[in-house]
Amino acid sequence: MDASLPAHMRPERSFQGFILALQRFWAEQGCVILQPYDMEMGAGTFHPATTLRALGPKPWNAAYVQPSRRPKDGRYGENPNRMQHYYQFQVIMKPSPPNLQELYLKSLAAIGIDSAVHDIRFVEDDWESPTLGAWGLGWECWCDGMEVSQFTYFQQVAGFECAPVAGELTYGLERLAMYVQGVDRVYDLNFNGREGDAKVTYGDVFLQAEREYSRHNFEIADTAMLFEQFKMAEAACRKYLESGWREGNRKEHLMALPAYDQCIKASHVFNLLDARGVISVTERQSYILRVRELAKACGEAWIHTEAGGAA
Amino acid sequence: MPDLLLELFSEEIPARMQAKAADDLRRLVTEKLVAEGLVYEGAKAFATPRRLALTVHGIPARQPDLKTERRGPKVGAPDAAVQGFLKATGLKSLDEAKIQRDPKGDFYIGLIEKAGRDAIDVLAEILPVIIRTFPWPKSMRWGALSAKPGSLSWVRPLHAITATFGLETEEPDIVKFQVDGIESGQTTYGHRFMAPSAISVRRFEDYEAKLLDAKVVLDPERRKDAILTDAKQLAFAQGFELVEDQNLLDEVSGLVEWPVVLMGSFEQEFLKTPDEVIRATIRNNQKCFVVRDPKTGKLASKFILVANIEATDGGKTIIGGNERVIRARLSDAKFFYETDLKTRLEDRLPKFDQIVFHEKLGTQAERIKRIERLAAEIAPLVGADVAKATRAAHLAKADLLTEVVGEFPEVQGLMGKYYALAQGEDASVAAACEEHYKPQGPTDRVPTDPVSVAVALADKLDTLIGFWAIDEKPTGSKDPYALRRAALGVIRLIADNTLRLSLMTVAASALAGLSVQPADGDKIPSDLLAFFADRLKVQLREQGARHDLVDAVFALGGQDDLLMIVRRVEALGKFLESDDGKNLLAGIKRASNILGIEEKKDKRSFDGAPDAALYSLDEEKALAKAIGEVSAEASAAVAKEDFAAAMSAMAKLRPPVDAFFEKVRVNDDDAKVRENRLKLLNEIRSATRAVADFSKIQD
Repeated sequence: MDASLPAHMRPERSFQGFILALQRFWAEQGCVILQPYDMEMGAGTFHPATTLRALGPKPWNAAYVQPSRRPKDGRYGENPNRMQHYYQFQVIMKPSPPNLQELYLKSLAAIGIDSAVHDIRFVEDDWESPTLGAWGLGWECWCDGMEVSQFTYFQQVAGFECAPVAGELTYGLERLAMYVQGVDRVYDLNFNGREGDAKVTYGDVFLQAEREYSRHNFEIADTAMLFEQFKMAEAACRKYLESGWREGNRKEHLMALPAYDQCIKASHVFNLLDARGVISVTERQSYILRVRELAKACGEAWIHTEAGGAA
Repeated sequence: MPDLLLELFSEEIPARMQAKAADDLRRLVTEKLVAEGLVYEGAKAFATPRRLALTVHGIPARQPDLKTERRGPKVGAPDAAVQGFLKATGLKSLDEAKIQRDPKGDFYIGLIEKAGRDAIDVLAEILPVIIRTFPWPKSMRWGALSAKPGSLSWVRPLHAITATFGLETEEPDIVKFQVDGIESGQTTYGHRFMAPSAISVRRFEDYEAKLLDAKVVLDPERRKDAILTDAKQLAFAQGFELVEDQNLLDEVSGLVEWPVVLMGSFEQEFLKTPDEVIRATIRNNQKCFVVRDPKTGKLASKFILVANIEATDGGKTIIGGNERVIRARLSDAKFFYETDLKTRLEDRLPKFDQIVFHEKLGTQAERIKRIERLAAEIAPLVGADVAKATRAAHLAKADLLTEVVGEFPEVQGLMGKYYALAQGEDASVAAACEEHYKPQGPTDRVPTDPVSVAVALADKLDTLIGFWAIDEKPTGSKDPYALRRAALGVIRLIADNTLRLSLMTVAASALAGLSVQPADGDKIPSDLLAFFADRLKVQLREQGARHDLVDAVFALGGQDDLLMIVRRVEALGKFLESDDGKNLLAGIKRASNILGIEEKKDKRSFDGAPDAALYSLDEEKALAKAIGEVSAEASAAVAKEDFAAAMSAMAKLRPPVDAFFEKVRVNDDDAKVRENRLKLLNEIRSATRAVADFSKIQD
């Protein structure tokens, strides 16, 4: 931890200081620090900087905060740690460096988690995303019995083998910050590290939003419109994929990213419909499959782009 | 003789894979050594979260030399054949070959001598192959090399390989090889946090000792012992008792290289939640042990965790962190439990209308109705109150929709009991909510409360008949609906509670209650009965009893009272252990064999009563008389269900049968006498069918 930091910037006092410390740490490891992707998504993995950039031979090191929307997890702001919107901090390094575990442990030290007094453990957890057609092996990382991060070596994304393999780290920021700040309720997190009148809490920033979105996600969201949006996103994705092939031959693709945006859109719309309880168990499977088909087709387009490694 | 030390140092290996991986490593290396002619003295393998290690001692320094003879062409064979022979044997000319004479002529014989190689060279060849093809249940690629096809795959990234070989008294050599750029050497690393520096090791003894200095306990058994001893000690010191849990111990010992056992606490108020829920929460989510008060047997508000470091603050922070997580988990569990208590079990049932049990067998709601009906029908047969059995069947599945069971499926049934008691149900009804799932396996407790028995039978029979009706029977190793277990459950419920019921009748009724009615429905109950017979055989075989006797009893036909079948089999088993039994069985088999042959010859059977007037010998008369008496006596005993007495009656047949075969020639020249004697033999067979079909008994 950087001892020269002013008190309100210190990761154990300030949520934003905590995020900045992580960003700074990973910037020093050569990662590009991106800003959140400007679309609603269920996890940082959906960001094209992870999903698409994990494919293809080119090296890629990036870190970013991604607001993650899980409509079903909304609790009207009444649960101490479950929310329909929260932050993930995502690191992706391709190829996975040989010392990735050590880097991860150093990043914990940078946010005030000292391995001399904390019990840090790597506990088996195989990661799979049926919607992204992706899987990897790794761990959930435990700190004193609490899961604080996911650590995954991507083996396959969008149905394609990762060659080389990328290492992915996902930190649950609120949970980690709650631990470091010693608070039991997420809304009590000190957001800006100030005290007294100048103090802004996580609740000041997000509690109203949690109430409003929970109401929206569970009760009001217009399902007829959402069903329509799903179809439109799916059709748009297919259309961009089809018309993106240069001169119609399947050698070079010119629109993988816009097409993938529609895949992200479809996935989020599906999550909203699911939260509204209008998708039956059998239909659920088929929606997941439809999103996966889009993700796979986008993956295929991506590996035929310049950044995806096409010659 | 020299020893091998092998260590494969990697990132964290899943706990559940470690024991098998250590065993595989030992097996693969030693099998290969033996195949290479290197017979070793002993081997032992170990695993920690970060390493697999193997020591093989007493390996010969060199393979033995091999001498083989190769037979070549005939003397004077064409040159091409001779050249081929020289090439294959490596001989310079035919002068180096011997000539051997055999009946077909003179042949060249080449002697090939293959010098044994140094064991270290053999190891350098076999170890990388074993590493590359190691049978991990799941493995992965990583790093820059994974860009190329065929790169090394390991359970998690492999970082270092230690491989040394040599005598105890000398500096060992490194077995030199490399796998995907990882060079074998003699450098390993200590504990990830407490002693991460490189360590140079020579052989197993100093390897194990140096690791211990570097805060790594190599042997998983030692880690388990340490955890168990410390955990018991810690609990005892506070006046508690550890709730032992072998599976948890196995798992936890695979998560640490340096176990440090600590105790934490939670708030007393959580103890209002049932013990089983607290234990499931703490064990499943946090991999911690619970402790109980030895006086009351109830859980105490403490837990035991196993950390991987000796923290500089004595574990204060670690305990504090774990307490926070456990508090959050327990408050979730308590919230679930309290929420569950607010809804009566029957009010949950309408939801089952939406839940499909099996697409061909309808919803859970329909299934519950079937079980209710069947339980009511079975209740009088097992001495249960019909109203209670119906009520229990009505409620028994409702806990599947509770929050606690959703979170911890292993407490299904048990929670049903708690919730039933909490809403004031009858004690038997509540017990049946839990016990109707029992017995789950061959060693599980069999319920005895008649209400539990009625619902347990109804539940299992509905499952069996349902899947039989849609032709989803178990095949080979596939039994996705655990139908074998259900059938065994029925057998044990009936046998242990000495219940009398006709399975055919109950099965037919269960079948009639299904919404699907298969085309060949009338065959299903008897087909299911044959499945029960098979299960009974398996169970008897596992108990070490004679399973072939089941066939002998089932072959009588019309047997669908499992208790009577079991009793018959038991009595028959005892009888066949006696001399009388063995000899009578031999006699009956002999009679059956003769009859079989003669029936085939004459293309007819020899049914019907023999004619007493045609008896000429005393032995015939004596046998006929004995058959008459024994038949009557055995039938009477069977009617009274006294199978032991029936067997004793059978025993009386032995002397006259023995005497008959000794003195009487069946195939008499007089056709009439022959026919009559065959009829008499047939009488033996039919008399003994009062208890079993002896011809189905294996010798």
